[in-house]
Amino acid sequence: MIIAERKPIDEIKGFVEGKTKVLLVGCRGCVTVCNAGGTKEVGILASLLRLDAQKEGRDLTVDEFTLERQCDPEYVDELAELVEKKYDAILSMACSVGPQFLSRRYPKEKFYPSLNTCFIGGALAHGIWAEHCQACGNCIIHKFGGMCPITRCSKSLMNGPCGGSSEGVCEISKEVECIWHLITTKVMEEDRLEDFAPIQPIKDWSTSRDGGPRKIVREELVK
Amino acid sequence: MSEDFEPKIIAFCCQYCAYSAADMAGSMRLQYPSNVEIILIPCTGRFDVILALKAFEAGADGVYVAGCLEGNCHFLDGNIRAKKRVAYLQKQIEQVGLEPGRLAMYNLSASQGPRFAEIVNEFSATIIHLGPSPMKKKLAA
Amino acid sequence: MTREIKTNSNLEKVLASGAFAVTGELGPPRHCSAHEVEEKAKFLVGNVDSVNITDNQTAVVRMSSLAAGLLSQKAGLEANMQAVCRDRNRIALQSDLLGAAALGINNLLCLSGDHQKFGDHPQSKNVFDLDSINLIQMVKLMRDDGRLLSGQELPPEGRPKLFIGAAFNPFADPEDYRVHRVAKKVEAGVDFLQSQCIYDMVRFRKFMAQAVDMGLTEKAYFLAGITPLKSLGMARYMKNNVPGIIVPDACIDRLKGVPKEKQSEEGDKMALEMVEELKNMKGIAGIHCMFIERERDVKSFLEQAKLLPRPKV
Repeated sequence: MIIAERKPIDEIKGFVEGKTKVLLVGCRGCVTVCNAGGTKEVGILASLLRLDAQKEGRDLTVDEFTLERQCDPEYVDELAELVEKKYDAILSMACSVGPQFLSRRYPKEKFYPSLNTCFIGGALAHGIWAEHCQACGNCIIHKFGGMCPITRCSKSLMNGPCGGSSEGVCEISKEVECIWHLITTKVMEEDRLEDFAPIQPIKDWSTSRDGGPRKIVREELVK
Repeated sequence: MSEDFEPKIIAFCCQYCAYSAADMAGSMRLQYPSNVEIILIPCTGRFDVILALKAFEAGADGVYVAGCLEGNCHFLDGNIRAKKRVAYLQKQIEQVGLEPGRLAMYNLSASQGPRFAEIVNEFSATIIHLGPSPMKKKLAA
Repeated sequence: MTREIKTNSNLEKVLASGAFAVTGELGPPRHCSAHEVEEKAKFLVGNVDSVNITDNQTAVVRMSSLAAGLLSQKAGLEANMQAVCRDRNRIALQSDLLGAAALGINNLLCLSGDHQKFGDHPQSKNVFDLDSINLIQMVKLMRDDGRLLSGQELPPEGRPKLFIGAAFNPFADPEDYRVHRVAKKVEAGVDFLQSQCIYDMVRFRKFMAQAVDMGLTEKAYFLAGITPLKSLGMARYMKNNVPGIIVPDACIDRLKGVPKEKQSEEGDKMALEMVEELKNMKGIAGIHCMFIERERDVKSFLEQAKLLPRPKV
């Protein structure tokens, strides 16, 4: 899923500065699962913003609403009635797809992103998320013992590990595991060095973001 | 701050320890300030940051969470989780101008009636020292 | 061992002649003074067969390896231009290689590159379009097949005649895999390999025995990396802070055993002992001297190692 985290409160305070009526819009998709922008986080941020305004004696109304998903027009439509209430600012608490979809659907409104969209990843444990995919558009993890070096090697090496791999960690930080250490150790343990011997050829990045913004059209699904 | 400031304090107390300790403090007729509103929770693991935020929004001057001694949680680690949430929320409220000292976590056992009274006294003193919540001042004005 | 000569590289000729080769290293300045390159080059001219010109090493901005390489060649050295995959994609790399070869560069060292997190521009975006092994493949394709990656043909006179190098590090992990990675570099078409600084001879001997066993030393020349320890402080720093370098306790103890002012001499002595062993080590074709900011000491070191004068080939 997409992993995001809330922006620093100071930055968000900047978005609502001088405004008296704002709407916080959460999303029940990925950002709910990663505890960044679901109903609960919308409630917390709304409360913090109200407290901040109260302290300064400012008049600030913060309304809260959470959509099923902000990356789907069908759900984005559900905001139509609320938007009629004329907010000075609408803060999306979805990944950055959310505020973009909202902006397109409600072009007259002013939208702000309250989250930083961080990466495609998973939860290693409750409260710990790690990046696992870079959406290169041509998955070959089966060649690497089920691990993605494009994402998880700091240098995206296709034929690692580099000379900076030491005791299982990456040269950039002892906090970063060397994925090539894991890949090669696994391959050696399974005694499959020979399967692994071919050089991974120069990668075609055209299916990745390098080929320009991507779009998928599935004719059988299009109305 | 005025001499007659009576802080409004909300205490989220675990039923297995702090809440029973409060009972005991009562039956022992121990003296402690009466301006503490005790809210029973099944475990401090049930404590959620939004509860404290709502309390502050409604004008509380201080909020504390009281759970079992570490290692003695009836649900194993509810009190450890609560401790982390309190620490997290302290940082959050500080960023909107509320002193982190207005929120605290305490640990005690059901048999510590006197300790319960002591905690209330201690926390009330802290809040009296901090003065009325900056949120409340503006609300009144 | 005699191998077919593929380029005009002096280093290649020395290696092919069977002489024990010596390469040096020159770090370009963090500004555009050609004078500094010339000054450093003076200490190396006549003492090394080729000199590595680093490419923004440790991700710190420096004069380009191509420009500094040309300056050093003008000063009388033969450059071994380093190229990292961190800063340039395949378009820029191929273009620069064509340019380098056109301007008389004969050697190219293919590296992945240090991550920019360590450098002076940690905010930069990295490239890593290729990795070092892919880069070797690409240079070989251009030189031997006369094609660009796109398939575009290069006319016979327009093929970059580059002697292809790469690095190897027996001291990085996982230890058992290191030789297999070198095997991939050999398979990709590398002509010569230079190692990371050696202090742990036990591990190096073991590694070289594996490389010899796998026949790798028959296909590429292996040069052993030498950086004498200047002081106990440097030894400790390398041991604790440089990923992929092993400084055994025995080295530390030996430096500890002599007074501070004698440590540099002791460090040189240790390196000289190593060189003596390397001269006779199976599969080792020479040494690569990385005298970082100590270029002036290269000559006396090589004299003591009885590696001067350099052969004229």
